[in-house]
Amino acid sequence: MTRRKPIATGSDWNFEALESYERAIAELAREYRLDTYPNQIEIITSEQMMDAYASVGMPIGYHHWSFGKQFLSVEQAYRRGQMGLAYELVINSDPCIAYLMEENSLMMQVLVIAHACYGHNSFFKGNYLFRTWTDASAIVDYLVFARSYVAKCEERHGVEAVEQLLDACHALQNYGVDRYKRPSPISADEEARRQEEREAYLQTQVNRLWSTIPPVVSELAQEPLHDHENDPLGLHRHGRYPSEPQENLLYFLEKNAPLLEPWQREIVRIVRKLAQYFYPQRQTQVMNEGWATFWHYTLMNRLYDDGLIDEGIMLEFLQSHTSVITQPGFDSPYFNGINPYALGFAMFSDIQRICRAPTEEDREWFPDIAGSDWLETLHFAMQNFKDESFIQQFLSPKVIRDLKLFSLVDDDRDDSLQIEAIHDDRGYRRIREALSVQYALSAREPNIQVWEADIRGDRSLTLRHVQDRRRPLGQSLFPVMRYLHQLWGFPIKLESTEEGDIVRRYQWPIPEPTRESA
Amino acid sequence: MSYFIDRRPNARHKSAVNRQRFLQRYRSHIKRAVEESVNRRSITDMERGEKVSIPTKDISEPSFQHGPGGRRTVVSPGNKEFAEGDRLRRPGGGGGGGGSGEGQAGNQGEGMDEFVFSLSREEFLDFVFDGLELPHLERKQLQVLEETRPVRAGISKEGVPARINIVRSMREAQARRIGMRAPLKRALREAQEALDIEERKDPVLRNPARIDELKSEITRLEKRIASIPFLDTYDLRYNHLTHQPMPSNQAVMFCIMDVSGSMTQAHKDIGKRFFLLLYLFLERNYEKVELVFVRHHTVAKEVDEEEFFYSRETGGTIVSSALTLVNSIIEARYAPEQWNLYVAQASDGDNWDDDSSTCLELLNESLMCKLQYFTYVEITPHAHQALWEAYDTVRAAYPERFAMQQIVQAEDIYPVFRELFRQRAQG
Repeated sequence: MTRRKPIATGSDWNFEALESYERAIAELAREYRLDTYPNQIEIITSEQMMDAYASVGMPIGYHHWSFGKQFLSVEQAYRRGQMGLAYELVINSDPCIAYLMEENSLMMQVLVIAHACYGHNSFFKGNYLFRTWTDASAIVDYLVFARSYVAKCEERHGVEAVEQLLDACHALQNYGVDRYKRPSPISADEEARRQEEREAYLQTQVNRLWSTIPPVVSELAQEPLHDHENDPLGLHRHGRYPSEPQENLLYFLEKNAPLLEPWQREIVRIVRKLAQYFYPQRQTQVMNEGWATFWHYTLMNRLYDDGLIDEGIMLEFLQSHTSVITQPGFDSPYFNGINPYALGFAMFSDIQRICRAPTEEDREWFPDIAGSDWLETLHFAMQNFKDESFIQQFLSPKVIRDLKLFSLVDDDRDDSLQIEAIHDDRGYRRIREALSVQYALSAREPNIQVWEADIRGDRSLTLRHVQDRRRPLGQSLFPVMRYLHQLWGFPIKLESTEEGDIVRRYQWPIPEPTRESA
Repeated sequence: MSYFIDRRPNARHKSAVNRQRFLQRYRSHIKRAVEESVNRRSITDMERGEKVSIPTKDISEPSFQHGPGGRRTVVSPGNKEFAEGDRLRRPGGGGGGGGSGEGQAGNQGEGMDEFVFSLSREEFLDFVFDGLELPHLERKQLQVLEETRPVRAGISKEGVPARINIVRSMREAQARRIGMRAPLKRALREAQEALDIEERKDPVLRNPARIDELKSEITRLEKRIASIPFLDTYDLRYNHLTHQPMPSNQAVMFCIMDVSGSMTQAHKDIGKRFFLLLYLFLERNYEKVELVFVRHHTVAKEVDEEEFFYSRETGGTIVSSALTLVNSIIEARYAPEQWNLYVAQASDGDNWDDDSSTCLELLNESLMCKLQYFTYVEITPHAHQALWEAYDTVRAAYPERFAMQQIVQAEDIYPVFRELFRQRAQG
C-alpha cells in the first residue's frame, strides 16, 4: 500500500480539508460495503447544538415547554463545564443530516464524519427495525407538518389547551407505538391532504361508538347492522370492547375517546407518529453506537495506514476514542450504568475477531460464524437484530470476561442481594440472558394494555398491567392516570395482574369514600 | 453524494419560545426563588442573573414505570471479588433499592432532586419587577420631547438609497425619456422621409451628396436617441422622513433617606437596599424618570447617586429639612403641571421632638397637592413614634396617594416594595 501525503495537519479545519476527508472516507466506506443515505453535513455553533439537543434531535419540532426544560438543563450543564456537548448529532432522515460543531478540532470533524455520516447513517439504512418502522425520506416533511399544525391549533384554541393535551400525550408516548404491526409510512403531503377528511371520518366513527340509542335489532333482518361491513369494530355485537387487548394506548384513544375534538385527535396522532419514529432508536442503542464506533475506529485506522492523517491527529484520535469507550466499574464514582459505546464496540470488535482468529472456545460457542467472512457477518449482525436479540446472539464469553460482568438479583422476598452469576463457565449463559432482558423494552417498561372500555355502562376505561417478575408500578402511575382521564373523559381503572390473577386495582378519579360507606 | 452546509449564520435561539414556555409554566416557582434571592443579595449585587432550582418532582414528565419491589436482575461491569452465590447486604437499609449502580447520587454537588437552571439578568429582573408600576402616572404637558418618531413626509429629491421610491423614480424617468426623445424622433422621421424621397427619384436625378448627408444625419440621431439613459440620477425620488416628537410622560422620583445617628448600620443598609430596588425598577421600566437623591440628618442635602448609596455621614434628625428641600427643588425645577412627582422616604421614625408636626403641616399644606404618590417606609423593630402618627393622619387624608409600610428586617424589603408599587386597577 502506498502511503500518501496527509490531506491536512494540525487542529484547525477548513471546508476543503473536510471535503477531501469526506471523499476519502466515502471511498473506504464503499470498500467496506457501507450503504448509506446521502449525507447532508451541517456546520453549526455550540449554541445551535444546544438547540438541536433540546429538541431531542428533531431538526424542527412543535413548541412545548418540555423542550425548553431540556434546553435549560443542557445549557446549565454546558456552562458549568460538566458536560462536553456531544460533538455530533445525526438524524435518521434521507438525506441523513449530521451536525458538526464549529469548535471541534480537525481530528474531531473527521471522526464525526466517519462515526455519524458512515456509521450511524449505514445503520439507519440497513437495520431491519429502521427499515420497517421509519420512513427516512418523509420525516422532515412530517415534522414541518406537525409543527405548523400544532401552531395552528395554538392560534385557534389557545396555547394552554394545546399544552395540556401535549402533556397528556407525552406521558403516554411510550405506549403510542405498534410493536408488531408495521405502520403506514408517514408523509407530509398525504397527511395534510387527508387530514380534514380524516377529522370528519374519525368523528363519525366515534359518534357511532358512543351512540346512546341501542340499536333496534330487527329479528327479521337477521341483524343486518352487525356484519363486518357496517360494524368493523364489532361494537354492537355483545362482549367486551375492544375484543382484543390493545397495546397502542394513544391509537386507541385517538380512535375511541368519546370527548376529544377532531383537532385533539390529530395532535394525539402526531405524538403517536413521532413516538413510532423514535421507537427503533430506543431499541438499538448499544448496536447503533457500537456499529458507529466500530466503523470510526476502523476508518480512522485506515486513513492513518494510507497516510492521509498524520501521527498527531492519530494520537489525538486514540485519546478521544479511548475515553468514549471507557467503561467504569460499578463501584467507580464515574459509574453511570453500562456504556453503550463500550459494550457495542466490544461486541462488534469481538465478532470481527471471532471471524478472523477464532479460538477453541469461539468454535464451540459460535460454530456458524467462527472463521467466516468478517465483513459479511458484521453486516448480517447489524441488519437483523436489535439490542435484546443482538446480545442474546453475539455476547461472547470473552467480552463478558473483559468487562467482568456479573449479575445481581434483588428480590424483595429475600433479605439480601445475591450474586447470581459471574464471568465463569457456569455464568456466561446466565449473564447473557440477564443482560439481554435488561435491554428488552418489554422488560424495561411495564406491560400495560387497554382491556375494556365500558361503552354500555359507566364509560370507564380499564387497563391491564401484566406484572413482570412481581414488579409493581411506580408512583408516577397516578399522574399518568390523571392524564388518561383527561383524554378519555371518564373514569380510568387499572388492574395489575400476576399470572392471570388481579393483584392490585387503581382508579382515577379516586372514588370518594363517603359514597362507598353510604 | 455528500454535501456540506454552513449553518452558522442561521438564526440562533431556536429554543427561545420553548424556554419562555417553560418559564411561563413554572412562574410561581421561579417567582418564589427570585424573592428569596432578592432578600439574600447584597445591595450591589442586583445586576446579574440568578440560578433557580425547582424540585424535580414538580416538573417531571410522568410515564408508567416500574416501582421498587418484585424481583429484578441487574448486570453490571467491573466485578472484582464477587463469586457466584455471594450474598450482600442491601444498600440503603431495606428500602429495596435497585441494587448496585442505578441511581447513585450525582457527584455534581447538587442533589438529583433539584432541577437547576440559570435566568439571565433580564429574565431575573423581569421576575423581580413583574406586576409593579408607578401609581397615578399621568400624561402631563408634552415638553421635554427627546423621543421622536420618524414619519413619512412626502417625496424628496435627495435621500439614501434605502429609501428610494421606485414608482416615483420610474415615472420621472419615463417622462424625461419621452420629453427628450420626442424632438429627436421627429427629426429622425423627417430625415428618413427625405431620404426615401431622394432614393425613389430617378437615379439620374439623385443627389449623392444629399443622400450621404441624410444618412449621416440618421445615424447621428439614432445614436443620440440610444444615448438617452433609461434612468438618470435626477429621476431618482426618495421617500422623505421627518422626525415627529412623541408625547411622553415625565416623572421625577425623590428619594429621601434618613442618615441620622439613630439609624444603625443595619438600618441604613436596609434603607439603601430599598432605594436600590426602587432605582433599578425605575431605570428599567421608565426611561423618562428623573431621580433626585436627598439625604438628611439635621440638614438635608441633594446628592448624587454615588454619594447617596455609599457615603457615611451622621447627625441628629430633622425630617422636615428634607421635605422643605424637596419642596424647593420642585418649585425650582419640576413644575407640577409638567411633571409627575413621586417621593419615597425611608427613616427609622426618629425625629426631633416637635418637628413631626412641622412635617405634617408641610405635607398637607404644600407637598401632597403636588405629588402623585408618596411612600414612606419606616425601618424599625420598635414601636412607632410621633412621625408615624403624623404621617398616619396624612394617609387618612390622601388614602390614594399616600402609602406607608414598616420594615423590620431585610426579608421585609421586597414584599414591602411590592406592596407599595403593585399594579392598581385603573380607576
